[in-house]
Amino acid sequence: MSDVSSDNRRLHWQRSSKLTYVILAIWFVFGFVVPWFAKDLNAGSFLGFPLGYYFIVQGSLIVFVLLIVVHNLLQDRIDEECGMSDE
Amino acid sequence: MSEQAQGTRFVDKLHKVYGIYTLGFLGFFALMAILEQLGIADANAIGLLFLLFTIAIYATIGYLSRTMQVNFYYVAGREVPSLYNGMATAADWMSGASFVALAGGIFFGGYPYLGFVIGWTGGYVLVNALMAPYLRKFGCYTVPDFIGTRYGGNGARLCAVIVLVVASFTYVTAQINATGTIASRALRIPFELGVWFGLLGILLCSMLGGMRGVTWTQVAQYIVLIIAYLVPVVWMSNAQGFGVIPHFGYGEAAERIAELEGIYGLGGAAEAIAGLKVLTTPHFDPQGGLDSWKFVTLALCMMAGTASLPHILMRYFTTPTVRSARKSVGWSLFFIFLLYFTAPALATLTKLQLLDPTLATAVVGKAVEDVANLEWIQRWTEVGMLAVADQNGDGIVQLNEFFLRPDIVVLATPEIAGLPYVISGLVAAGGMAAAMSTADGLLLAIANALSHDLYYKIIDPKADTKHRLLVARVLLLVIGAAAAAIASLQLTGILGAVAWAFCFACSGLFFPLVLGIWWKRANRQGAIAGMIAGFLAGSIYLWHVYSGGDPLWSIDHLRFGMIGMPVSLVAMVVVSLMTPEPDAETQAMVDETRIPTGKPILADTH
Repeated sequence: MSDVSSDNRRLHWQRSSKLTYVILAIWFVFGFVVPWFAKDLNAGSFLGFPLGYYFIVQGSLIVFVLLIVVHNLLQDRIDEECGMSDE
Repeated sequence: MSEQAQGTRFVDKLHKVYGIYTLGFLGFFALMAILEQLGIADANAIGLLFLLFTIAIYATIGYLSRTMQVNFYYVAGREVPSLYNGMATAADWMSGASFVALAGGIFFGGYPYLGFVIGWTGGYVLVNALMAPYLRKFGCYTVPDFIGTRYGGNGARLCAVIVLVVASFTYVTAQINATGTIASRALRIPFELGVWFGLLGILLCSMLGGMRGVTWTQVAQYIVLIIAYLVPVVWMSNAQGFGVIPHFGYGEAAERIAELEGIYGLGGAAEAIAGLKVLTTPHFDPQGGLDSWKFVTLALCMMAGTASLPHILMRYFTTPTVRSARKSVGWSLFFIFLLYFTAPALATLTKLQLLDPTLATAVVGKAVEDVANLEWIQRWTEVGMLAVADQNGDGIVQLNEFFLRPDIVVLATPEIAGLPYVISGLVAAGGMAAAMSTADGLLLAIANALSHDLYYKIIDPKADTKHRLLVARVLLLVIGAAAAAIASLQLTGILGAVAWAFCFACSGLFFPLVLGIWWKRANRQGAIAGMIAGFLAGSIYLWHVYSGGDPLWSIDHLRFGMIGMPVSLVAMVVVSLMTPEPDAETQAMVDETRIPTGKPILADTH
């Protein structure tokens, strides 16, 4: 067991899990809510694509990639602030 | 430890090694193009050379990565940098189905099929948020290793092994099937023989080096497969005037297709031809309601399956740190994204080329005689993968008279656009790389679970290193042979088998894995109940709908995880709460798993 104070642990996990929930909420919107309403979104357009179509073939995928990058940057910061970075 | 030193040196010069390799591959491509232009090599010779050249390289890498140490065999010595682990995961992940069948699926399947695209990319957000960093911290060799240690006892470990084997085996037969198809076409041998040839190539990569060999061949395979996917699309787009980079400008093409569909009608063929399809689903026309439900249920099963498939999760055991494990999930999805956001562009532009009578490449709307004389039409018609039948007798090819096997869309695109043969050879090498790399990861996941978890942890915990690695290799051989034997029977379609694998995995493993990290109260009894109940409920439901039973809430055999997952969750939570909470030691283990610092739960060599 590493000697990390239990307060520090609790704070780290609290912040980490809160961040995870926010990330998963955004994931849910682009993975499920947007595709669900593709028909309605198609009324709009983006770059010449019908909007609903754009999200499913491209937009949501870009969001997923960015979500992981942002999640990791913020998680790195939490780890460092709690003195728990392993690099 | 000379091997350690050697390994470290190799890791230090990865950029150089793979840089030279990539240039070498492009040089080979250029050489083939020149040979073709000079008329020295014909289409068959080019296809053959591409296949043999690439497989020879993979086999060399596999041989050079040979190892006799358990931590190199099981987790590549945990020294794979995140960028390269990302490439290896992308190759591990993108199967023959993604490479060959995805664009064809989008071509024919429209909105409902796109659930696969969202599911197979969005799943990585789950992998990153819920699993990868924690499993890396845990320090396990295999996925059942985590289950067995976190929940304790051989019962939980054994359940995890069973789910893993069923899910991965279902998947691997489809991959070996794909290698067989490609090999048999390039080498002009019967399919049954092609399957064994494909298996030989796969084992050459993994037998000697285990995870280490597979890692470095998968990186090489990713480079081949992504070049092979992007080059034809970009080339075709330029040749046909769709723009230098087609990805951002095909929205109008999609609108034009919708317009043409209105003109031709999507009525279906007057007379069906077995194994071939005419276009009946609109390119993109979501209906809302049930259509939306089918989309999100498919996406959810594929996402949860992604986060539970052991051959993917175990890739994140190979990075040096927790942080690099997370980073490599990001790289993985980026490298996967490159192919997944190209596939819809490919499907759309290929479809437009066939449908739009104002384009020179059009087939639909042209005279039947002219179309039948096209060289590429003749070539695919000969092998029964394409048919033009003037069923209404008007002498014009109608949309419902143009029959295609969905799998050939990617393979035929270069020919439709009139690109040189060398592109077709490149595409064959890419398809082979995709199928081989996935099959390698899957076979290794199965063999490792059996050798480490079943043999070493359950049957003979006293076995020495030499024995363990021997057993691991024998199992690899046996399982590979069994998969090849089943693949040669051609029982299921590629896509069906792949979707099943995801549903098996998420039914049995998703909640026991997630809750093992995220819910301290989860205990052994709950985990076992969750695995057994979820897996059985999913399997029974699959059997029910597959044998013709009425589906519940439109959940068909592609998304039976929608039944397995909730059953698994409820069983796990209820049984956990009805039985005593895990002991203090286990709870401390969970706390330790959640932080990146400190020693891993399981020792480096175990």
